[in-house]
Amino acid sequence: MSFTTLLMTVFSTTLIYAAPLIFTALGGTFSERSGIVNVGLEGMMVVGAFSSSVFTLSFYNMFGNATTWISLLVGAIFGLIFSILHAVATINLRADHIISGTVLNLMAPALCVFLTRVLYNQKGQTPIIKQGLGTYTFPVLSKIPIIGKALFTQTSLIAYFAILLGIVSWYFLYRTNIGLRLRSVGENPVAADTLGINVYKYRYLGVLMSGFLGGFGGAVMAQSITLNFSASTISGQGFMALAAMIFGKWNPLGATGAALFFGLAQSLPIVGGYIPFLAHVNSFWFQAAPYIITIVVLVIFFGKAVAPAADGVNYIKNK
Amino acid sequence: MTTTVVEMKNITKKFGKFTANDDISLTLKKGEILALLGENGAGKSTLMGMLSGLLEPTAGQIFIDNKKVIMNSPRDAKALGIGMVHQHFMLIPAFSVLENIILGDEPNKKGRIDYKKAAQDIERLADKYHLQIDINAKVADITVGMQQRVEIMKALYRNAHVFIFDEPTAALTPQEIGELMKIFRALTDEGNSIIFITHKLKEIKDVAHRCVVIRAGKIIDTVDVDNTAEETMAEMMVGRKIDNSIEKAEITESKLMLEVENVSVEKAGHTAVKNLSLNVKSGEIVGIAGVDGNGQSELIDALTGLRKVKTGSVKINGVDMTNSPTRKITEAHVGYIPEDRQNVGLILPLSIAENLTLKSYYKKPFSKYGFLNHKIINQNGRDLIKAFDIRSQSEKEKVGSLSGGNQQKVIVAREIASNPDILIAANPTRGVDVGAIEYIHEKINEQRNQKKGVLLISFELDEILKLSDRVLVMHAGEIVGEIDPKNTSAEELGLMMAGKKVTNIQK
Repeated sequence: MSFTTLLMTVFSTTLIYAAPLIFTALGGTFSERSGIVNVGLEGMMVVGAFSSSVFTLSFYNMFGNATTWISLLVGAIFGLIFSILHAVATINLRADHIISGTVLNLMAPALCVFLTRVLYNQKGQTPIIKQGLGTYTFPVLSKIPIIGKALFTQTSLIAYFAILLGIVSWYFLYRTNIGLRLRSVGENPVAADTLGINVYKYRYLGVLMSGFLGGFGGAVMAQSITLNFSASTISGQGFMALAAMIFGKWNPLGATGAALFFGLAQSLPIVGGYIPFLAHVNSFWFQAAPYIITIVVLVIFFGKAVAPAADGVNYIKNK
Repeated sequence: MTTTVVEMKNITKKFGKFTANDDISLTLKKGEILALLGENGAGKSTLMGMLSGLLEPTAGQIFIDNKKVIMNSPRDAKALGIGMVHQHFMLIPAFSVLENIILGDEPNKKGRIDYKKAAQDIERLADKYHLQIDINAKVADITVGMQQRVEIMKALYRNAHVFIFDEPTAALTPQEIGELMKIFRALTDEGNSIIFITHKLKEIKDVAHRCVVIRAGKIIDTVDVDNTAEETMAEMMVGRKIDNSIEKAEITESKLMLEVENVSVEKAGHTAVKNLSLNVKSGEIVGIAGVDGNGQSELIDALTGLRKVKTGSVKINGVDMTNSPTRKITEAHVGYIPEDRQNVGLILPLSIAENLTLKSYYKKPFSKYGFLNHKIINQNGRDLIKAFDIRSQSEKEKVGSLSGGNQQKVIVAREIASNPDILIAANPTRGVDVGAIEYIHEKINEQRNQKKGVLLISFELDEILKLSDRVLVMHAGEIVGEIDPKNTSAEELGLMMAGKKVTNIQK
C-alpha cells in the first residue's frame, strides 16, 4: 500500500467514524450550554439509528437512492421526539439530570430491540441496508496532488458536513442573540430571568437540539458504519461524544476537534493492520483503544474543564 | 423636585397568612434619593419586589409617572423605566461585561449581535455618568465595585430613570462606598430618581433626601434626613432605644493567649501573609483593620487550621499549634466566627439544633458509641435559642430559612457556648441589622470582660474602633501599624488601610 493510499485510508476511516460523534457532541454542547446535563446522548443515538434503519428498509422502493439521506432526517426527528422526555423530566419536573439521562440510555436499546423483534420476525437485528452513505470523491479538490488523494478522494461527505456544522454552531452560540441567551440560561438562570429571558424556552431549545443532533448522529452511524440496527449498533459512541464535548470544553469547535480525535481512535482497529510498524500489535489493543483513550482523556481533562456554571442546576421560578 | 415619578398607594402583600407589607404608601419625586430603612425581614425587599415586577401586590395600586400600572414581570417594570440593582448581583461571571449588559436586549443585524453598536452605546453612557467599566473584561475578573457599576449600566442601558438599589453597600469597601455615593449623585443630577434599601444610617445621612422607615411590614414614619438624628431613625427602625455604648471592665492581670510569630501564608502561589507577628492577651480585643483582600482571610484560615502556615509559628495558650488539624485547634478552646457564614459557618439544610452542635456532636452527651442523642441535641438547641435570642419557629427549623442576622446569632451562640479561651471573629456583623449588631457586639465584649482573648477582623471601621482595645492595620499581608482606637478617627484609619505609613498620620 502506497503512502498516499495509506493516508487516504486513515483519513477517510477517521472521518467516517468521527461524523456520528461530531453531530452528537454538538448536540450535547447545545444541551449543556443551556444548563441541562445530557448523559442520555447514547439513548438518543440508539433511537436515531433504529428509526433511520427502519425507514431505509421500508421506503427504499419509494425514494430510491435519496432514501438514505432522508433517513438521517427521520433519525434526527425521532431523536428529537425522544429527547422531549429528558426535557420534561429535567426542566418541568426538576428531576436529576444524570438520572433522567440514564433512564433514556436504559430505555432506548430495550425499546428499539423490542420493536425490531416485533417488526422483523422476532429477529434481534434488522436486515442489512442495501444503500448506505458510501464514500464520496470531491470533483475538483481531489485533483490536488497528495492532499487531494488523502483528504478528498473516497471520503465521507457527511463528515465534511459535520465539520461545517461545527463551525456554524460556534457562530450560532457566540455571535447571535439566541446563542447568547442560550448560554446565559446555562450560566445563571436567575440573572437571565431578571432580564426577561424565558429560561424554560431556551433550555427546551438546547435539549431538543441535542435530541435532533444525537438522533442524526445515531442515524449516520447506522447508515455509514453498521448498515443495520441491532443492540450493538451504538456501543458507547454516545459516551464518546459526551467525552468529546468535555474534552472540547463545551465549545462547538473544541467538540468537533475532539470528536475527530476520537474518530481516529475508533478507526485504529480498521487501519491498524495496514500501518507497517503497528501491524504486529495484537488487534485486541486496537479494539480496546477507543474506550481506553476516552477514559484517559476524561480522567486527565475532566478536572480542568470548566463546565457552564449552572450545568445540571434546576431552575425554579418563584412568584 | 416637584414631579412625582413613583407612587405606591395602600400596598398590601400577603404570603398565605403572613402579611409582609401592610397598607404601605410612598412617593418618589424626580431627582430624589429616597432611603428605605428597616431591619432584615421588615418587608423592604418585598415592597421593592412589587415595584420591580417580581411580585404582585395583594392589594393597592402603583403609579409610574402618574399613570396607573400593573406589572406582571421584571420586563414590564423595565419597559416603564424601572431598573433594579439586586443585592446579590445578577451577573454571569463567564460572560464579558459587554455581554452582561446587553443580554436580553442585544442590538442585532439579522440575528447577529451588533457588538460595535452595543459598545458605542455603552461607552456613551459611561462617559455621561462617569461610570468606569472595562467592557471587554470578564465579569469573573473584575472587582465587586465594578460589578456593581455593571449592574447600574445594565439599568441605564435599558433607559431606566428610577433606580432601586437593594443593600448596595453590603459587599463594598469604604472606598467603593464613596464611589457609589458619587454615582448616586451623578444619577440624580441627570434627573433620575433612586430608592435605596439599607440599614446603614450613615449612608442615609450622607446621600438621601428623605427616609421611609419600615418595621414589621408597616410604615413607621417618613422623615426628612437633614432634620433627623441618626439615633432617632435607628430607634424608629428597631422600635426601642439603641444602646451603642459598650462597657469595658478593667482588666488587671493578663496572660498571652495567642502568639503568632513570623507567619507566612501562601495562596495560589503568591504570599498572602508575610512574616506577620501579633499576639492577643486575655481580656483584650485586638482588632485587625484593612481593606478586603489584604491577607486577612488567609491569616484567619491559617490560625484556624484551614490553610497551611508556610513559615513561622502559632502558639495557643502557650502550646505550639502550628499547622495542627482544625479539630485539635477547636479542642484547644478556640472559637471561630467565620467570615462566610453560609458556606463555612453553617450547614444550611440542617436544623438549628444540629448546627449548634457541629463542633461537639461527637462528644458526650450529644452522642454515645457513635449514636447521636437527638433529645439532648434538641434540648441544647432550645436552651441556646432562648439564651441568644435567635428568632425562629423551633429548634428543628432549617438554618437556611432564617434571616441573615439570626443565622449569625446561631454561629455566635455555638462558638460562645463552647466557652472558648480565644475567640476569632471575622466580620461578625456583615449584612446584619442594627438590633442584631448591638447584640453581637455585646456578646463579643462580654467575652473580653470574662478575660478571654478576642481577635476581631472587620472591614467596618466603626466596629473595629468601637470594640477593640488595640487596632492593628493590615496591608498587603503585613501589619503596617498599631493604633489606639481611643484617639484615632475612622478617616485616619482609612488612610492607613490604603497603605500610608503610620508616622505620617498619627498625631
